[in-house]
Amino acid sequence: MARFEAYENNGGTCVAVAGADYCVVAADTRLSVGYSILSRDSSKIAHLADKCVLASSGFQGDVKALQRNLAAKELLYEHNHNKKMSCPAMAQLLSNTLYYKRFFPYYAFNVLGGLDSEGKGCVFTYDAVGSYERTGYSAQGTGAALMMPVLDNQLKSPSPLLLPARDAVTPLSQSDAVDLVKDVFASATERDIYTGDKLEIVVINSAGSHREFIELRKD
Amino acid sequence: MRFGSDSDQDPWQQPMDGSHASGSKAVADGPGTQRTQYPYVTGSSIIALKYKDGVIMASDTGASYGSTLRYKSVERIKAVGKHSLIGASGEFSDFQEILRYLDELTLSDHMWDDGNSLGPKEVHSYLTRVMYNRRNKFDPLWNSLVIGGVKKGPKGEEKYLGMVNMIGTHFEENHIATGFGNHMAIPILRTEWREDMTFEEAVKLVEKCLLVLLYRDRSSINKFQIAKITTEGATIYPPYSLKTYWGFAAFENPAQGAVGSW
Repeated sequence: MARFEAYENNGGTCVAVAGADYCVVAADTRLSVGYSILSRDSSKIAHLADKCVLASSGFQGDVKALQRNLAAKELLYEHNHNKKMSCPAMAQLLSNTLYYKRFFPYYAFNVLGGLDSEGKGCVFTYDAVGSYERTGYSAQGTGAALMMPVLDNQLKSPSPLLLPARDAVTPLSQSDAVDLVKDVFASATERDIYTGDKLEIVVINSAGSHREFIELRKD
Repeated sequence: MRFGSDSDQDPWQQPMDGSHASGSKAVADGPGTQRTQYPYVTGSSIIALKYKDGVIMASDTGASYGSTLRYKSVERIKAVGKHSLIGASGEFSDFQEILRYLDELTLSDHMWDDGNSLGPKEVHSYLTRVMYNRRNKFDPLWNSLVIGGVKKGPKGEEKYLGMVNMIGTHFEENHIATGFGNHMAIPILRTEWREDMTFEEAVKLVEKCLLVLLYRDRSSINKFQIAKITTEGATIYPPYSLKTYWGFAAFENPAQGAVGSW
């Protein structure tokens, strides 16, 4: 007999890479459940503020609810403080928002990317209940296990144990970082059935933000 | 939901009028409320696609009680407001409740008397929130809903086709099929659908999908309804049957050519 399931996994992968003065945030646009593809063009990325972009995969219903909730909170912040929320502030807000639902969690795996108050690229990576860390790059979602080792290999972030703390941003140029992101998605699409169709890439830098799409395998 | 101590022994606990016995159909959650645990009367697939002048939607008129074909002539596609159509698969009574919500919504929108009216986008957005909020209460509306429509927007006439399921997953697409249709009809729609199809071509395509479903979905019946929504408004056509052919070799002897050990 059919039983009520409050969650489903709609798949998808999110990546963010931070550079000295830019940040790349990317996610595929496939929406699946089980072996079915529901949509080939469903965005996982929310532009929450000028210098703050969130990419989330997991259960799409929760992802949309979470992203709308954060967008509403950001708007209130804007009205109260007469400025846009910074990326590190949004990072803390996202953590609190996730933990607020600790015992009925948002089934959402988030990567938040943007520029910090000094204009440096930043990436925050989360689990579903809100624990988070600032890093130089990250991948989340169904293809994360395929992408993360490649990013580790190519970006060689300094150990977080080093003292004094070393900068986590990647040494790549902006266009090299975008090319790397395209490559890891093209590769993960080969083996992960939940990743594919199209790749949405958002680049944030001091000039503002730029969005582009590339096609991925559709099988 | 209640954890820990046995509620019968809590002196401050109101007596519950529902049963907690295993195998009961719904879980009591205090006096007077019951939450659906599984569907009773269900409708099968909805097929919908955009075409040149708007959106076409189709389904059969059956509703099953488990594997019993309980109702043979029910409308599972309805008009909402001036610009939208809604189609539902899943629990039929939940669909009727959703129609009551939509009646209330469109009435209160009409009463503003400001010349504005809700379009398919707004109706879809509303239903998305209703479905998601009910799943958050663990009291879901057991349906997959398809919303189609046409409305004037900033870029002229805009066609809209979207779907939402019982837990709030939602999206827009050029063609949508729920339930079994997602497996059987979508491959046909992917190869044959075009943005500029005429209504006649769209009807042909939709009938092809319905026929495949009639052959392969045991809960579908040979009584179909087609509906369209254009700038002229919604039209729901009277039910009709498709011509079937059961003489295919695979239907005559389905086991032929199948290798088995017995």
